[in-house]
Amino acid sequence: MLNFPIYLDHNATTPCDPRVLEAMIPYFTNNFGNAASRNHPFGWQAEEAVEKSREQVAQLIGADPKEVIFTSGATEADNLALKGVFEMYASKGNHIITCNIEHKAVLDTCKHLEKEGAEVTYLKVNREGLIDPAEVEAAIRPNTILVALMYANNEIGTVMPIREISAIARKRGVLVFTDATQAVGKIPVDVNRDGIDLLAMTAHKMYGPKGTGALYVRRKNPRVKVTAQMDGGGHERGMRSGTLNVPGIVGFGKACELCMQEMESESKRLSALRDKLENALLKLEEAYVNGSREHRLPHVTNISFKYVEGEGLMMGFNKEIAVSSGSACTSASLEPSYVLKALGLGDDLAHSSLRFGLGRFTTEDQIDYTIRQVTTTVNKLREMSPLWEMYKEGIDLDTIEWAHH
Amino acid sequence: MAYSEKVIDHYQNPKNVGTLDKNKKNVGTGLVGAPECGDVMRLQIEVDETGVIRDAKFKTFGCGSAIASSSLATEWLKGRTVDEAVKIDNMEIVEELNLPPVKIHCSVLAEDAIKAAINDYRKKNGLPELKFEESVVH
Repeated sequence: MLNFPIYLDHNATTPCDPRVLEAMIPYFTNNFGNAASRNHPFGWQAEEAVEKSREQVAQLIGADPKEVIFTSGATEADNLALKGVFEMYASKGNHIITCNIEHKAVLDTCKHLEKEGAEVTYLKVNREGLIDPAEVEAAIRPNTILVALMYANNEIGTVMPIREISAIARKRGVLVFTDATQAVGKIPVDVNRDGIDLLAMTAHKMYGPKGTGALYVRRKNPRVKVTAQMDGGGHERGMRSGTLNVPGIVGFGKACELCMQEMESESKRLSALRDKLENALLKLEEAYVNGSREHRLPHVTNISFKYVEGEGLMMGFNKEIAVSSGSACTSASLEPSYVLKALGLGDDLAHSSLRFGLGRFTTEDQIDYTIRQVTTTVNKLREMSPLWEMYKEGIDLDTIEWAHH
Repeated sequence: MAYSEKVIDHYQNPKNVGTLDKNKKNVGTGLVGAPECGDVMRLQIEVDETGVIRDAKFKTFGCGSAIASSSLATEWLKGRTVDEAVKIDNMEIVEELNLPPVKIHCSVLAEDAIKAAINDYRKKNGLPELKFEESVVH
C-alpha cells in the first residue's frame, strides 16, 4: 500500500520523526518556561531540557556540550562562523579559502565579507565534485585565517576529504570550518578525529524541526572565538543572543540521539535502496550519475537523463513523487544549477538532472514505484524530444548552430 | 509552481507529436532554441497547393510550459493558411495556457518556431523570407 505523494527530497528537508515531536510537545504547553529565567521552576525546567539537548547534539559530533551554540539553523551558523571568525581574527589576517560548490549561505556570506575587505579564494572542484587537499595547501598564505569547506554537498551528495584538508590547515595554523548540514546524522562526523574547529548543522535535515540549528565552536587545541552577530542578552556564552527556542532545541537533541542510535543500520538500508534505484535508472541509455559515486552520502543520487529536460520530467510524476532538479526552469533565476556546472557538466545535462534524496521512512515499494514512473516518463519525453531523435539518427548535436533567442 | 489545467492536458495528451519529411518541398521546418538554455522546439508544417497548412507536428526539449506552447501551436496551425499563421502572437498562447510571467519566454519560442517553419517553407518554394521584428515579451 503506497501513500502518495512519495517523498524523495530528503536533502531539502525531512519530516519530524514522531518520537522527536513527542519529546517537543510538553515544551509548548506545560513546560513553556524561558530557559534564561533563573528564579523559578519554569525556567529551571527549560534550562535542564536545553542542557540535555546540548549534550545530545555534542555527542553526535564528538564534542563537549560547552562547544555547542544553538542558532536558528545552519544558515545562521554559517553566517556566525564566517563573519564571527573574520571579525575576531582581523588582526591575524583577512584571507578565507572556500570552494565553488558551497551552499549559498556560505558563498553569499563570503561575497558579503569581500565587500568588508576579505580576500576569498574559491577553489574549483574536479569533475567528481571533490577538492584535492594539495590545492588547499597551495592556496594558504600568511594572511589566511580560515578554510571553509562543506562536509557533504547538498545537490550531489559528495563527501569532501575533510580529515586530510584539516591536517594541512592545522600545520599552517589556519582554522577549519565545515558546513556539515547534510552529513551530520547520516555519516559519522567527529570534530576531533576530523580536525574541525567550527561546524554548522541544522535539525530539519535529520528528522527534527525547522528553525533550530547549531554552531560548534572548539574550546581546546586551539581555543576558537567568534564575534557575536546577534547582540542582546548575552545568551550562549555571549556568542548568540536571543531567547532559546526550547521546544525546537529539545526536538533537535532528540533527533541527534535517534541518529546516533540508528545511523549505522539506516545508512546500510538506504544505501542498498539508493543503489537499486540508481542501477535501475542507469539502465536507460544516456543516463549519467553526477559527482563521485565512491565518496558520497549513502542516501543520495543525482542523475542526468540526456535529451530530456528536468522540469518537464518531474511534471510526469510530481503529483506522486517529490524530487528536485538542477534545471534552470526550476529556479527563480532561470540559471541552471551552479553545482552541476562546477562539475564541468554542459548546460544541457544540468537541465536534465534529477536529485533523489532517500530517508528514514523510504520503503522498497516506493523505490520500485519510482523506478517504473521515472523510466516511463523518460521514455515518453524522449519520444517527444527533437534532440533524442537527432541523437538516434547519429547527428552530433555539438555541430549544430542553434538559433538562440 | 502550479500548472494550469490546459498546460497539464497538453503535457499528458500532447497533440501532434511527430516528424514530417523535411526533404519534401511543401514541408517547412523550424528548429529554435538551444540545449544550453533548456529549451529546443522543432515545429513542422505541411502545406497544400492552396497554401493551407494541412498538417503540423512538433517535438520539444523543455519544461511543461514549453511542451504545451508548442503543442498548442500545432493545433492552431492546422487549417490556417500560411499567411494567417504568420499572425499568431505569443501573447495569445500565454492567455490560452495561463502562463505565469516566468514562463512567457516559452510562448515566445513557440512563436519563433512558427515563423522559422514558415520561412523555411517560403525559402524552399522560391518566396522571399519574411523579416520579423524582435518578439516582444510583455
